[in-house]
Amino acid sequence: MIEFTTWDIIRNLLLATRWTVLLSLVSFVGGGTAGLLLLFLRISKRKALRGFARYYIELFQGTPLLMQLFIAFFGLGLFGIDVPAWLAAGLALILWTASFLAEIWRGCVEAVAKGQWEASASLGMGRFQQMRYIILPQALKVAIPPTVGFSVQVVKGTALTSIIGFVELSKAGTVVTNATFQPFTIYGLVALIYFALCWPLSKSSQILERKLNVAHRNH
Amino acid sequence: MSYHFEFSWLLQYYPQILKGILITLELIAIGGVLGISLGIICAWTRALGPAWLKPVVAGYVELIRNTPFLIQLFFIFFGLPSLGLQLDELTAANIAMVVNLGAYSCEIIRAGIQATPRGQFEAGASLAMTPFETFRHVVLVPSLQRIWPALSSQVVIVMLGSSVVSQIAAEDLTFAANFIQSRTFRAFEAYIVSTAIYLVLAILLRQVLGILGRVIFPGRLAR
Repeated sequence: MIEFTTWDIIRNLLLATRWTVLLSLVSFVGGGTAGLLLLFLRISKRKALRGFARYYIELFQGTPLLMQLFIAFFGLGLFGIDVPAWLAAGLALILWTASFLAEIWRGCVEAVAKGQWEASASLGMGRFQQMRYIILPQALKVAIPPTVGFSVQVVKGTALTSIIGFVELSKAGTVVTNATFQPFTIYGLVALIYFALCWPLSKSSQILERKLNVAHRNH
Repeated sequence: MSYHFEFSWLLQYYPQILKGILITLELIAIGGVLGISLGIICAWTRALGPAWLKPVVAGYVELIRNTPFLIQLFFIFFGLPSLGLQLDELTAANIAMVVNLGAYSCEIIRAGIQATPRGQFEAGASLAMTPFETFRHVVLVPSLQRIWPALSSQVVIVMLGSSVVSQIAAEDLTFAANFIQSRTFRAFEAYIVSTAIYLVLAILLRQVLGILGRVIFPGRLAR
């Protein structure tokens, strides 16, 4: 049997952390883009588009992420596509992230005073121009703290992709545990690495929120 | 697409599915009640508790909120036995859910307590209530009512998150889906059906919590 030193364990876990970080970034950027699209649908003037976005959000927020991963992993295979774990993981996480971000951002758009819509409409702006120049810039300020806060959920969500066989931090933890029989140490280390990734995000979200509140109080 | 969907196995495997649903419900019932209780205790500690205990609770909340539930579960189920604490899978799942929900509900309840006007504490004291009585009757109940919607959403999130406990072989709904999948190789159908069941459970749970909120806090004005 190969002996693992503590350094070997930490090195292996840190190497796998790269995949956790990469998957988180892909999910967050992809989910943000899809979420923006979904936001436009959700606040569209057409009833059918609004309805679609509502059901989409209800579906993805009302079912476990793990099930979504399983369906992406096994379901896409039905179409004759050979689905590697990373593709299923990325796809499911993007769709899941989009549903949450769209709903968070909808709240922020609705927080913009109604008069802003009316004022911009009275200037002859179209729906898209209103969003682009008037509403989104104002909503953005309110949106940043909860969006940063949600990124923590994305990082934690990537841990589930280990179950469909994507080798990231959690999977590496399991693999190393099976080789060394030190679950206490290794899962403890894995938890610490996740904490090191997530805590700065949580903290900055809190600080941004406090700053925003102070800014609002001075109005 | 040459694949033929086939759902007739559902009849054959309904005992497994039913058992899975019951275990998922049992987990969230126990996890919900104990988790929120733990959250109340932690929120009290952070708001009014002894000074030395506050950083401990804060550390616990931050640690749980910034690590994945899966890792918490693995740590409890695989890690703790090396300290001599052997747990069966359902107990481990229950503990993990209580610990997880406890941290989240602590933050939610604390927000409710912080929103209580200072004068309420003073009013309680002026009626010769002990600090505990003031907390119990004057602060906690209105706070809980204020944050009940947020707390309900968190309970639903934890219920959906509980699908992970299948990974330590706790026989919940996801475990049933995996079992059927491995028996019939009908992965897609197994997961679609269990996903639909989860969706129904989530919607029902939200309704039940809404009704529960109205029962626990009857006739109180919003805010």
